[in-house]
Amino acid sequence: MSRSWNWDAVWDFMPYFWDGLLLTLQALLFGTLLAFSLGLVWAIALRGPRWVAWPVIGVTEFVRNTPLLIQLFFLFFVIPDLPGGPTLSPLVAGSIGLGLHYSTYTMEVYRAGIEGVPAGQWEAARALSLPMGHTWRAVILPQAFRRTVPALGNYVIAMLKETPLISTIGLTELLLTAREYGVQSFNFMEPITVVGVAFIVIAYPASLLIRVLERRLATY
Amino acid sequence: MNTPNDTPAGAAGEAGSTGGRSPGEDLITFTDVTKRFGDNVVLDDLCFGVEANKHVTLIGPSGSGKTTILRLLMTLAKPDEGTIEVDGEYLTHERKNGKLVPAGEAHNRAVRKKIGMVFQQFNLFPNMRVLRNVTEAPVHVLGMEKDEAEERARGLIELVGLTEHLDKYPTQLSGGQQQRVAIARALAMRPKVLLLDEVTSALDPELVAGVLDVLRDIARSTDITMVCVTHEMSFARDISQKVLMFDQGKIVESGSPDKIFNDPDHERTREFLSSVH
Ligand SMILES: Nc1ncnc2c1ncn2[C@@H]1O[C@H](COP(=O)(O)OP(=O)(O)O)[C@@H](O)[C@H]1O
Ligand SMILES: [Mg+2]
Repeated sequence: MSRSWNWDAVWDFMPYFWDGLLLTLQALLFGTLLAFSLGLVWAIALRGPRWVAWPVIGVTEFVRNTPLLIQLFFLFFVIPDLPGGPTLSPLVAGSIGLGLHYSTYTMEVYRAGIEGVPAGQWEAARALSLPMGHTWRAVILPQAFRRTVPALGNYVIAMLKETPLISTIGLTELLLTAREYGVQSFNFMEPITVVGVAFIVIAYPASLLIRVLERRLATY
Repeated sequence: MNTPNDTPAGAAGEAGSTGGRSPGEDLITFTDVTKRFGDNVVLDDLCFGVEANKHVTLIGPSGSGKTTILRLLMTLAKPDEGTIEVDGEYLTHERKNGKLVPAGEAHNRAVRKKIGMVFQQFNLFPNMRVLRNVTEAPVHVLGMEKDEAEERARGLIELVGLTEHLDKYPTQLSGGQQQRVAIARALAMRPKVLLLDEVTSALDPELVAGVLDVLRDIARSTDITMVCVTHEMSFARDISQKVLMFDQGKIVESGSPDKIFNDPDHERTREFLSSVH
């Protein structure tokens, strides 16, 4: 049962599309903020004493090696059943799941960035008696960050492409919006195509931007 | 070139005051210091002192433990045995109820402030401009006002001859210029002791003289106690009152530069000197 492309269906779908896009971008934004900040916390904790570093290794290995989908289900379906467990909205549970999962990857990016800062920088800071916190903030992290920007950017794009998973806990992000529209209108071709194109339109320029940044940040 | 005493705000002129320590007294004392890396005994039961206001040069073949001595002084490493005193206080140890116990971080930071170090590889902060490299520690460690720290830093940067490069990043400078910034950065903390670890050996030959001239100036015009590792024998002769010859973690002999360079007692010293000339 073939049929031709129907532009009317596209225009008809667009109002829903914008709603879905908004939710996708919100989940991406919150997830990114969480992944970036939590990953940094993990990476710094890894350099701490063993009683800090080992639990962090345990937790992050566990999170990285279990499917994101299970983590989303846990946050959304299981946590409310725990004693005192809060009920999380799909957006909140989805952002936390995405951010937590990807923090275990950004952790590795930060770790490599931090290890890439020469030992002489730590020693110079020490020789000047700079306090530890200040050494991290003013000396180590600024140098580590330039090395991390491209890799972090690539994880944002990867997270964008994972956002449809959050539809499984009921977030009407782009893909679920398209599916619901299809179910109601019996037109799947246009909404699914539009959503697919939308991902490319966001992700491709973003990856170009990352490449530009990568070159800019390569030297001081 | 300016001497530190003509620079604004006294710049380095006030650095390195001896804090009431009379000349002739030891500012640095190593007592039975042993340092090992695994089975490798790098410093072997070492004892020596450095008098206040004096400049001591450490010489010896590669691997003889010279850098390790400076790293112990900078508390970048800890001795396995023995104690090190600087200006009357123990490094990495402190006295509590008459006993020597491992020092807390506060004690270590207080002692470390008296000591500055210039590294072979400069180790400037590449994310900061020249001026901020020099002001960072005075502002954040000594609690100096930013304006005051910048004024002093300008004086020190003038002293090392880099006034026109204040706003550059380290990577925009030559190695010799970077090393001179590193010297200014160390002096900005007004250390009593300045440690210099082969500060010209990473430099192209034509840049060495500029750095050594700056150090000669500082040696002449301040009362900072210096411990210097170098293969530049004429420089060592110019600035130091005492030379220690090391081999395999032990002092082979020590004496005035004249004595060590012209008439050493030990064959090992003679061999070494002929190898670097
Ligand atoms: N971090 C380290 N780990 C293991 N061995 C080291 C370390 N630092 C120095 N050493 C060893 O200690 C010895 C003395 O080194 P060093 O103090 O750098 O000598 P020098 O500065 O006189 O050339 C060498 O044998 C070196 O290999
Ligand atoms: Mg050395």
